[in-house]
Amino acid sequence: MLVDSPPEPRAASVPAPPTRRVARPLGLSLSVALLVLVALASLAVGAKALSPDQVWHGLFHGSGTYGDVVVDERLARTLLGLLAGAALGLSGAVLQALTRNPLADPGLLGINAGASAAVVTAISFFGVTSLRGYVWFAFLGAAAVGALVWFLGGSRGATPVRLALAGTAISAALYGYLQAVMIMDDAALGRMRFWTVGSLASASGPTIVQVLPFLAAGGLLAFALARPLNAVAMGDDTARALGAHLGRTRALAMLAATVLCGAATAACGPVVFVGLMVPHAVRSFTGPDLRWILPYAAVLAPVLLLGADVVGRVVARPAELQVGIVTAVIGGPVFIFLVRRRRTAQL
Amino acid sequence: MRTHRGSRPVRLPGGLSLRLEPRALIVVVLLLAAALAAGVALIGTGDARIPAADVLKTLAGNGDAYQGFVVRELRLPRVLVGLLVGASLGLGGALFQSVSRNPLGSPDVLGLSQGATAGALVVIVLMSGGAAEVTLGALIGGLATGLAVYLLAWKQGVHGYRLVLVGIGVCAVVTAVNGYLLTKADLVDAARAVVWMTGSLDGRDWDQVWPLLGLFAVLLPLVLAHGRGLRMLEMGDDTAGALGVPVQRVRLVLMVGAVLLTAAATAAAGPVGFVALTAPQLARRLTRSPGPNLVASLCMGAALLVTADWAAQRLFGAGRLPVGVLTGVLGGGYLLWLLVTERRAGRI
Repeated sequence: MLVDSPPEPRAASVPAPPTRRVARPLGLSLSVALLVLVALASLAVGAKALSPDQVWHGLFHGSGTYGDVVVDERLARTLLGLLAGAALGLSGAVLQALTRNPLADPGLLGINAGASAAVVTAISFFGVTSLRGYVWFAFLGAAAVGALVWFLGGSRGATPVRLALAGTAISAALYGYLQAVMIMDDAALGRMRFWTVGSLASASGPTIVQVLPFLAAGGLLAFALARPLNAVAMGDDTARALGAHLGRTRALAMLAATVLCGAATAACGPVVFVGLMVPHAVRSFTGPDLRWILPYAAVLAPVLLLGADVVGRVVARPAELQVGIVTAVIGGPVFIFLVRRRRTAQL
Repeated sequence: MRTHRGSRPVRLPGGLSLRLEPRALIVVVLLLAAALAAGVALIGTGDARIPAADVLKTLAGNGDAYQGFVVRELRLPRVLVGLLVGASLGLGGALFQSVSRNPLGSPDVLGLSQGATAGALVVIVLMSGGAAEVTLGALIGGLATGLAVYLLAWKQGVHGYRLVLVGIGVCAVVTAVNGYLLTKADLVDAARAVVWMTGSLDGRDWDQVWPLLGLFAVLLPLVLAHGRGLRMLEMGDDTAGALGVPVQRVRLVLMVGAVLLTAAATAAAGPVGFVALTAPQLARRLTRSPGPNLVASLCMGAALLVTADWAAQRLFGAGRLPVGVLTGVLGGGYLLWLLVTERRAGRI
């Protein structure tokens, strides 16, 4: 995971080639349309399939019929899928730019490990058993590890390699702890094995309200960082010469990525592959400009997450497959296909 | 690369010469001694403690019958598996880090651990198989995943970067399958699976020792014979080719060797974390010698794993925690230490 590719020289000010100038907005509108379709499918598909009419009725004229109740139930899940997907996509894109590593994902900086270790602690030592109780633990764990990685990585003088090393090291130690607890405490293992695969099934209004402020703040911060991160990606010296504030940009980017990924992980467990794959795939279409990568990632990551969730409801009827599993099983081959088709996508 | 002091050529009769590195030699001898000493300590550790002197006496064939049984049938195979697994992981890690020229490179990039875990989980969860079947399943799973990654990355040759990317994709899929199997298992099977996934030496017997030993006996000379070429390869393909190293052949033999060593070690003890990552790095820092340090890494791996197992048993009691927990925590701690010291020295 830690292949550090040299930064590609590139110029943000050079106008995009004409084809790209048309293709990028067009592709983005198509992606949004696709997202709407997937979201509607997420409302309609499940153990009880609904017609588009029923979905419409439930959304806008809810009057307590059976169909309305089902739509209500699925609405929370769909909303969480949209929010968490966008958050994972954005945090992945920001991290890949920050570490100048096209393969960086939130797992690399130990955020998943932090959330998992905190949740297993909550279950085993504090006796927390409700999914809603995990949320704060997971978020605090993710945030604490994010901060720790940042300081061990050298805070303002952090380099991509140091951040990656610090993240790997802390993950290693935390996973050791996680496994030790799971081996000694069967009850914790019983709960953790379901939490670790990542699922949207437990989504509820209160969970969404809990994480929404963090997701909104993180998202805004990520978009605000698009330009400074573009400069930082050109290499430290060039960025400094261009007047970029390296330390400040890195600190804020780390903050945005941690908050986004931490909140998403808190709400639906560690869904690992979305944050890595979507920005990586998007980059081969948009080029390296974060002002395009970020909106694309924010739209297409939820398409993948919600689409996977819908598929997971259908394939194993009447049971469900957790979204984390389906995401990887669908996303993996797509990712390999992309890797084989294109010349190596550089950051 | 640091300048290399302390090595001296030894001229042998007949025009042959040999480069001798006293420091590296001493390090290898000390590490070997440490590994064996830890092994003796490990044999003496457990529900029935046996003093080191008695262990040595029993190993020489002069102990009483009870101790002879405990030592030879119960604990010696465990220690031997530990030594061989640690040595294989250390050597495999050194080969991979050298070939990929990445201090964080490891055969796990090819999905060996995840694949082996999938094989073991299938046997544990779906077939409720015993230890021998789990070993076989893990071996098949690991090698099949490695092969799949290699073939999927093949496109008029294998490009290193594409190999890594395809490996990540395949690992994600296999990891998801593992997560699914774990949620489908009943709690007893899941507990057993988690112990296996952590990497454990509990209950290993002679059935695991012999195949490992055989493989090791075949691969070690092969790998060491190609190790000289590896040292040239670190200077770049072109330079190595100009110096007369058959680049493609050396690299292929060494990669296959590393994969086989790692797969066999993983099948025998589960995916023990971080030995393959840390052993070569530690060995290099001790010998202060450039190049892959194959023999030193091998001894370091063996010493690390057996010491970690001994410490796990001493700290938490026999059979309470598998060795993988401790190697994970130690590996993480080591990386952090590396991070702080190298930063102070201004190297990264």
